[in-house]
Amino acid sequence: MQALVIVGHGSHLNPGSSKPTFSHADTIRETGVFDEVREAFWKEEPSFREVLRTLESDEVYVVPLFVSEGYFTEQVIPRELRLEGWDVSAWDSEDGVSADHATLKASDVEKTVHYCGPAGTHDSMSDVIVRRAESIAGDPDVGEGFGLAIVGHGTERNENSANAIHYHTERIRDSGRFDEVKALFMDEEPEVDDVTDFFESPDVVVVPLFIADGFHTQEDIPEDMGLTEDYRTGYEVPAEVAGHRIWYSGAVGTEPLMADVLLERAAEAGADVSGAPDGEREPGAGVAGD
Amino acid sequence: MNAPQLDAFVSSASAGIEFDDLTVSPTDDRYRAEIPGDRLETDEKGLRKFAEENPWYVSNWYYWTRAVGPAGARYAFLRWIERADERPVGERYEALSTGVSRSWGQLRITASLGEDGKRRYALRHVDDENSTGLESYSDPLAARELVKHDDRGRYRPLSTAPTLPTGWEYPDLSGDDLVRTVDFVYPATVENWHREREGELDVTHFREAAERQSGIYSIVSQLSVEELEAAAETCCVDSHCLKRRQWDEDEETALDVERGSGEFPCREPCSLFITAARKFVTLGREDTRSYEFDLTPTEKEQIEEIIDAVAEGRTDEIREADLNEGANRYRARYLRARRLEDGELSGTPTYPDDQA
Repeated sequence: MQALVIVGHGSHLNPGSSKPTFSHADTIRETGVFDEVREAFWKEEPSFREVLRTLESDEVYVVPLFVSEGYFTEQVIPRELRLEGWDVSAWDSEDGVSADHATLKASDVEKTVHYCGPAGTHDSMSDVIVRRAESIAGDPDVGEGFGLAIVGHGTERNENSANAIHYHTERIRDSGRFDEVKALFMDEEPEVDDVTDFFESPDVVVVPLFIADGFHTQEDIPEDMGLTEDYRTGYEVPAEVAGHRIWYSGAVGTEPLMADVLLERAAEAGADVSGAPDGEREPGAGVAGD
Repeated sequence: MNAPQLDAFVSSASAGIEFDDLTVSPTDDRYRAEIPGDRLETDEKGLRKFAEENPWYVSNWYYWTRAVGPAGARYAFLRWIERADERPVGERYEALSTGVSRSWGQLRITASLGEDGKRRYALRHVDDENSTGLESYSDPLAARELVKHDDRGRYRPLSTAPTLPTGWEYPDLSGDDLVRTVDFVYPATVENWHREREGELDVTHFREAAERQSGIYSIVSQLSVEELEAAAETCCVDSHCLKRRQWDEDEETALDVERGSGEFPCREPCSLFITAARKFVTLGREDTRSYEFDLTPTEKEQIEEIIDAVAEGRTDEIREADLNEGANRYRARYLRARRLEDGELSGTPTYPDDQA
């Protein structure tokens, strides 16, 4: 028997924080390729501490629904799952975006745990960002005449947080699909506040590389960009800002295609996913596999 | 009992069966079969007849060993629900024919007999035991959203808080789906309860849990034992969590706070407790200061009543026009109008030195 555990952050305050984890778990359940699929959270239940004991499967694939490598994926999750002998070097990711997987034992259960890199740094995440841009613009061919802004939280405490943003920015830029592709941040330069300064294209799609919608994606970013004075009054999509049309609609982690990224992480770690439908991805639509 | 159950019984008989009150052992080319009050030695044909005359024993054996098995947390939980270890098969089937109920936290689980001796389980809120017109569900996954908010519409960050919403039911679940549903309502409780019964519950006491914290939570290890007692009294009592606290300060030092009367154990401080503990550490770092307030005795008592009402979550119960209640909203507004100048009690500055 094989199980998939999707680990997310969750929240004591925001009930919507766990929603993407639940919805991607449901999508994967429906494929039937895993005997068990379970969600686990840092701030909700089941906790990372207890999720493994709720499973009957001997082989467990754990995929963090997190944006970047760093504190949570390298320290908190393996520690809380009691992964014996974990060392981040097992992921062999010096650039902070290349983590693949490591096979370990957890000390409180008789199971083999395949601990995967975060969803956010997987190559196919670039496709999800492009898909997000398509759905925001309502145009499956969006690209020409458009700029794409990929927005990260940014923090001085962890450079990998920005690395994930830069990584996908470069991949999508190299694909040549959009006229311009830029990485912007909330808490570091270049800042999303000045989004229109960074683009010449009249239309700019803004995709925040966040897992769940919450204060940042629904309140701070729309206000910072000048889409609205007060997030509670809402805003148009697209909204006019300084002569540009800004297309914005929240966290990329809620995009249904994310389920495919989680599946691919598990498959690369050795999970048998034969029989899973190939998601919604259309060949050539994105940039993965190039 | 149905035909496949009977066939399974007969084909298993040659390896011997010993389950609940039923024993079958092969003897050369015959069988010895026994249930309470009846014992015989017979051939296969006789064994079939014996089974047909005692269908409960066969369907009971089939349900537990084939439908539910293997033994483990799920098995033990389902057996616990129908008190399988307390009642002989006949008595149990009689009870199941009208339904056997057990409470699990705020859940009410009722087991009854389904087709051919299989069980069916109904699940609802304990307070809805006699309610009608409940919203009916069958998919265990729906429980995740169902229990996310309490009856007042507030988000429930702690699964085992005694604020489970009412008004829903799962009228007909299989054993598998019942355990899955319970796991979505009260995650990992069945598993930890089972471990405890087996003498294998792995308890992580506070000091050990605090030592492993990192980042902004690393300071929780600074919580003094007095503060830890107050924190446990704040967070870990029945009025706030239905788990029974099994962890203490450390293995040698028990906390002098009631553990709770819950059916399922708490094996280590949860994330909400750690978050609260972090706040309590920062509160404890502040030195006290002396302030002078001008309050009437009744106003002083009123402040005490307000603190108590908020701490006990009683503010909603205080009637709008009950002016004798200190925590009444009119009374609180009047106190604010009279005694709070620029939001400060009696106009006394919080940081008088800083203003000089």
